[in-house]
Amino acid sequence: MKLSTKTRATTLSVALASTLALAACGASNESETAGGGSDTGSGGGSELSGTLVGAGSSAQQAAMQGWAAGYNSVQPDVTVNYDPVGSGGGREQFLAGGTDFAGSDAALDEEELAQAEERCGPSGVFEMVNYIAPIAVVYNLEGVDELNLSPETVAGIFNQQITNWNDPAIAADNPDATLPDLPITPVNRADDSGTTDNFTEYLAAAAADAWPHEPDGVWPVPGGEAAQGTSGVVSAVGAGNGAIGYADLSQAGDLGVANIGVGEEFVAPSAEAAAAVVENSQTVEGRGEYDFAIELARDTTESGNYPIVLVSYHIGCIEYDEQETADLVKDFMGYVISEEGQQAAADAAGSAPISDGLREQNQSAIDAITAG
Amino acid sequence: MTVTSPPQEPTAPRAVRRPGDRIFSGGAKGAGILILLILAGVTVFLLAESLPALTASAEELPGEGGLVSYVWPLIFGTLLSATIALLVATPLAVGIALFITHYAPRRLAQVLGYVVDLLAAIPSIVYGFWGIAWLAPRLVPFYRWLEENLGFIPLFAGPVSATGRTMLTIGLVLAVMILPIVSAISREVFTQVPTLHTEAALALGATRWEMIRMAVIPYGKSGVIGGAMLGLGRALGETMAVAIILSGSAAGITFALISSANPQTIAANIALQFPESTGLDVNTLIASGLVLFVITLLVNMLARWIVNRRADFSGAN
Repeated sequence: MKLSTKTRATTLSVALASTLALAACGASNESETAGGGSDTGSGGGSELSGTLVGAGSSAQQAAMQGWAAGYNSVQPDVTVNYDPVGSGGGREQFLAGGTDFAGSDAALDEEELAQAEERCGPSGVFEMVNYIAPIAVVYNLEGVDELNLSPETVAGIFNQQITNWNDPAIAADNPDATLPDLPITPVNRADDSGTTDNFTEYLAAAAADAWPHEPDGVWPVPGGEAAQGTSGVVSAVGAGNGAIGYADLSQAGDLGVANIGVGEEFVAPSAEAAAAVVENSQTVEGRGEYDFAIELARDTTESGNYPIVLVSYHIGCIEYDEQETADLVKDFMGYVISEEGQQAAADAAGSAPISDGLREQNQSAIDAITAG
Repeated sequence: MTVTSPPQEPTAPRAVRRPGDRIFSGGAKGAGILILLILAGVTVFLLAESLPALTASAEELPGEGGLVSYVWPLIFGTLLSATIALLVATPLAVGIALFITHYAPRRLAQVLGYVVDLLAAIPSIVYGFWGIAWLAPRLVPFYRWLEENLGFIPLFAGPVSATGRTMLTIGLVLAVMILPIVSAISREVFTQVPTLHTEAALALGATRWEMIRMAVIPYGKSGVIGGAMLGLGRALGETMAVAIILSGSAAGITFALISSANPQTIAANIALQFPESTGLDVNTLIASGLVLFVITLLVNMLARWIVNRRADFSGAN
């Protein structure tokens, strides 16, 4: 009798402690069933349990579903909750302490880095590219199966300076093709999106002369055909003969996919070419040791690199307050960057698996995650 | 907010107030007050949340040139699409209502009324899919014809959209969406026309059309206007169908109805931009929501005013 009371008291105090810890963590909207079963001290291999809470980029949503499902077969007692609120919202929630990690299409800016120090302590944050998705320039043009476009031509078309398919600029890129006399209908996203942000960033970097607009998630050129979401763009391009748009390569379907001019050659979008450009990009200097924010080489001229890619980061703390959270983040991120995890994302979202070099770099950040 | 009750003399014997009476009167009063509280709560929320956008400088806000130049094309787009919808739907709805009440055989009228009401039950997202997948591509040849033959009118200026996702298309889809509301209310008032009026008109030798013109329409006018305003309210606030169908961009003020460049509507713009917005962008979107709130409020007040003004000489007395 006495014993059972004591057991109950212990259980109660453990539950109470974990509740308090959670409150401190701020994971307020998740009813967590922390079984307290997380083995301290070992990163991978051991049985973990608990709930990992993340939020952010909606571009990652499909990949995250793949990761969550795949991770579930490795660690059946861990639940991964990811709320695709959008990159900005994800960073905000993470910095406020509401989530354990963030998914974001952009790295933290200066102001957010300062906030991150408050959130995570002096050891700072890790930021790593775990999701790479090539963006294809898709078109619908009867009788033209292969289309080459230099960066300037792409910019001219989307800036509505090149308005007909028989324009000399397009003909110069495609000496062998018979181009029809047909007006070009450029299709853009109607909603604020990471795809648009990355595409305009590419245009501004690779064809600055033909593209006078700032990179932005909201499409800057008025007068084009605007459609909601990737599926909206794909269906609008499919519906109009002479239409051209930009969308996730995995969603391009039956539409024609243009080869993009890089240096002297034209490169078709592919997983390898997309991973290559990320591998060849410089890490931004002067940030934390494990802060692998990159400056994408949009204007690359290197052979076999495809520069129109959407990259998405995972952002988290190097040092967590709770051992349990640290273990969960460490183990889950380890799975995400593993070949198996990247394949799961490729199956679920059509993303490009990260290269071995990138994996090695990201692994060093994951190894550094601790609790203190 | 006083509840009108029959005048009572203080000396008159007090009516027995049973608990049931009290509970019911309290509940009814509470429900009435709750409505006002909710409305006030929404207003306060919109004002408080849009305040940062209203006070921010022009450079910080999305777009160029500050809040007014950001919201104005959206207001224009909202009003334009709703106006097209109203212009198309109202005559059609009145026609349907007249046919059902005065021309159709009884059994057909019942079936037809039921079918029209059914239109109101279709979710707007379904209208959106119907509009984008079925209606829009089929309108493209018609738009081409319009541009070729009537292109000199600014409304039908080119270049024609290749996909048909234009302002005119969304106006037509909205017209179908508000048709059931307008026609249901019109039908209701037309059936309430006193038989004496109609019989008197017929007895004086009026044809059926003359009878409708002289007895039915004057009597039902205020009801039709009220129904049209309710429909307008729905058209102004419609979100999903517009977000899916309309190819809206920062096109500014344009009356060209069949090109790819269209102003977006307020509701659709909020739905499209909100998921990826943070900070001041959210406040700006809420400020545009406040504008929509004010517009719909004005429309409703206008409708009420028109209905009340007409009520005196509608012939109902």
